[in-house]
Amino acid sequence: MTPSGAPAVAIANLQKRFGGGRTLFGFGPEMPSVHAVQDVDLTIPTGETLGIVGESGCGKSTLARMLVGLIAPSEGSIEIEGRDLGPAAGRDPAAFGRVIQYIFQDPISSLNPRKTIRQVIEVPLRRLHAMGPEARAARIAEIFDAVNLRHEFLERYPHEFSGGQAQRIGIARALAAAPRILVLDEPVSALDVSVQAQVLNLLVRLKAEFGLTYLFISHDLAVVEAVSDRVAVMYFGRIVELARAADIFARPRHHYTALLARSAPVVGRALTAPEAATAELPDPLAPPPGCAFAERCPAATDRCRKERPEFRDLGNAHFAACHHPA
Amino acid sequence: MSAAAAPSSAGSRGPVGAFLRLFARNRLAAFGGIVLGLVLLLVLLAPVLPLADPYAQDKPNKFLLPFSAGHLLGTDHLGRDILSRLVWGTQTSLAVGVAAALISATIGSAIGIVAGFYGGRTDNLMMRAIDMLMAFPYILLALAIVAALGPGLVNALIAVAVVNIPFFARNIRGVTVGLAHREFVDAARLAGQSNLRIILTEILPNVLPVIVIAMSTTIGWMILETAGLSFLGLGAQPPAPDLGGMLGQGRNALITDPHAAAIPGLMIFIIVMSVNLIGDGVRDALDPRLRAGALMRPMARTQIDRRGEAPPAPAEPALLDLQELRTEFRLGARVLKALSGVTLSVKPGECLGIVGESGSGKSVAALSVMGLVASPPGVITGGAVRYEGEDLLGAPYERLRGLRGNRVAYIFQDPLATLHPLHRVGDQIVEAIRVHRRVPEAEARARALELLRAVRIPNAERRMGDYPHQLSGGMRQRVGIAMALVNDPDLIIADEPTTALDVTVQAQILALLADLRRERGVAILFITHDFGVVGQFCDRIAVMYAGRIVEEGPTAEVLGAPAHPYTRRLIACVPELGAGRRELAAIPGLPPAVDDLPDGCAFAPRCARATPECRRGEIALAPVTATRRLRCLHPEVELTREEQR
Repeated sequence: MTPSGAPAVAIANLQKRFGGGRTLFGFGPEMPSVHAVQDVDLTIPTGETLGIVGESGCGKSTLARMLVGLIAPSEGSIEIEGRDLGPAAGRDPAAFGRVIQYIFQDPISSLNPRKTIRQVIEVPLRRLHAMGPEARAARIAEIFDAVNLRHEFLERYPHEFSGGQAQRIGIARALAAAPRILVLDEPVSALDVSVQAQVLNLLVRLKAEFGLTYLFISHDLAVVEAVSDRVAVMYFGRIVELARAADIFARPRHHYTALLARSAPVVGRALTAPEAATAELPDPLAPPPGCAFAERCPAATDRCRKERPEFRDLGNAHFAACHHPA
Repeated sequence: MSAAAAPSSAGSRGPVGAFLRLFARNRLAAFGGIVLGLVLLLVLLAPVLPLADPYAQDKPNKFLLPFSAGHLLGTDHLGRDILSRLVWGTQTSLAVGVAAALISATIGSAIGIVAGFYGGRTDNLMMRAIDMLMAFPYILLALAIVAALGPGLVNALIAVAVVNIPFFARNIRGVTVGLAHREFVDAARLAGQSNLRIILTEILPNVLPVIVIAMSTTIGWMILETAGLSFLGLGAQPPAPDLGGMLGQGRNALITDPHAAAIPGLMIFIIVMSVNLIGDGVRDALDPRLRAGALMRPMARTQIDRRGEAPPAPAEPALLDLQELRTEFRLGARVLKALSGVTLSVKPGECLGIVGESGSGKSVAALSVMGLVASPPGVITGGAVRYEGEDLLGAPYERLRGLRGNRVAYIFQDPLATLHPLHRVGDQIVEAIRVHRRVPEAEARARALELLRAVRIPNAERRMGDYPHQLSGGMRQRVGIAMALVNDPDLIIADEPTTALDVTVQAQILALLADLRRERGVAILFITHDFGVVGQFCDRIAVMYAGRIVEEGPTAEVLGAPAHPYTRRLIACVPELGAGRRELAAIPGLPPAVDDLPDGCAFAPRCARATPECRRGEIALAPVTATRRLRCLHPEVELTREEQR
């Protein structure tokens, strides 16, 4: 389906600033701005699952929302299957909708409480594909079978479903648009572990069945590792490390990735604070000039505090933005 | 009355039926409904009723008293029949009031939705225009509008509608702003819907109840305003009958013939009162918060309705003993059995972890200890909570209050929700100290500072003066922990204290809690869904499923050799870092609904080892070794045999 081997997603120099501008119709003092996503370059080949990991406020959701066109980037380009969709971002999400869809974190609140499931799922079929009633019914039946949902659910309202069922409905709605790329924003973090695995396995199966490309965002390292081919770690608006899923937590090069891997609670590992007890994120309104992680980093030197490390190739398909990689 | 009209079978289901039932339950609203219904009936039947001509003057018979021959309510200053004028006038006033309400609701809601949905400059311009409208006293504005347009009923209607637009616009804008950023709106965008379509199909159905509520509470007001304008001679023009106009004309003879003014006045009173009663009823029945029972003030402790005797105290009471504790939520006809007999104990200085999925009852168990389950709808229906052997369910409220936050303290999941947003964190800690101990302010402050240092908050002096929103999530949870420690409690009940935090912060907070526990010898009841966290933090764990403990024992033993099939499978579901790309284990099916628990083992429908015996009778939580208890007929490992060997 992709024209001449273009990657599913190619973004370059993507930036997003929130706030800023001036008050009083452009004549007042400049307002503070937050640089939520900075200098992100990413290429996702067709058929890959790219995991994105990071803590709250690192910019991973902002990146995802730019990718599906819900918000416009401040700078940079977004190419989906070789087509430049940057200009449509934030203005015409439907242009994205046919190729790339989004799965939300909170499955219940992503469904309109006053619509039946059928009404919810019909929308993309009507608006994006202009299907007639019979074609719609056939397509819905096909998708519902694919996500293991009973057909009588179609006439019910969202509040009647458990989180796991609602998330499957969310997946069904995304698939109804017949996209080739799915952006999954914490798709299982609102679910219980026993249900989480059901949904994750379903996602893996659907990927093979429909030949999808995934961008999988999560704060749970183990989940990301279990489903991804490659993983990118974000910190303070930037990608700080990118490597194969099998390598990145086993042999982290960036000290932040190492900290993340050490912090995940594991049965049988003694409880020790992995870093100084008071470490916090830098102030986003006054970002430090050098590496944003320097204040928390055990390997930080003066150079780290002054000079921002380049995101560079460390060999073996491993990239990191660090002056002193581990 | 409308409730009776709905067919009972259809009325008992669906949102409309639920609304009508709730509405009819409100006696005052039903009374208002009946009164207004009678008035409406009278007005609708006006053309066929044997009424006198409302315009026919009969000067010699002016100001006849009520119950005069031929004039049931007497006559006015021109000898016209008051009853006839009252009925026709009521019709006019009602029609104008309702029309004005509809017009201002439509225009006001449209403005509110557009402003709230688009936000930014659109919102700013529209709402500033609305503010300008509101800057004038409303009656002056109405007078000015009528003065500009000229007196008359239609102009009065326009004036009343216009002055009420801001009320709708502001109300609806507030609701829309909340909805416009909901995920389902984003989903609709991605599904290719245009903004107009999103407003009509996604936003409007969700604000409609609010519009109806706003309308039902203002319609009476609008009838009153219309009457007011007519009273001033700016509404309906004589000789047309209208309640306000009749009142105004009757005013001239108020002393000599009060009935000419009193009768229309009484009618206005009846209409506005009944409309307002109905409005209140509609609001109460439609508002989801009120429907969930927010109207009823939660009690200071969970309601106790213990059937039968409290179980006898254990021979060796621990610090905390829960015995066969049963807590349920009574929601109308549904009874959700959140806890169906929970027995556990916490020894001094020990850390017991309660693990379970959402809906397993782990948080209800934690809240039941100090009677903090919201009542209504929560009720404790059996068992005992013993603190050092003393039965707290039978204890007076004062005793419970003396223990809360003093001997037994809580740490909750979201410190932003549990800290008061308008008080400085230092003041909140000081308050927690002084509630239980009479100490001078300065001493309490010193103690608060010491605690903030103990939970390793940097710059503790400065942080004392901060408000909760100025702290990061991790810092807030440290404040929550400091507050739990103020009175050196014997037991801390921590309900998912790290769930809302990032992993690196979670690691810091867990390490802090572990240190504090060691230093101060405090026992912890730790509620979580995360096996990794209990595995690192707790001495013993209890696994809960559908309101019961299914397995309990020392952490290493339970995690190393889980005996209950649920425990084993749940542990298998937890993905572990470093295992690479793989298929994850899942448990098929869903947990049972707690208002319809199956007989026997609640896990049997999802269990591969279940046999017919598993689905019958009660399966006891029985000790299998000296330290482990299990509620299963077909355990995964034979624990007793292992021990004998």
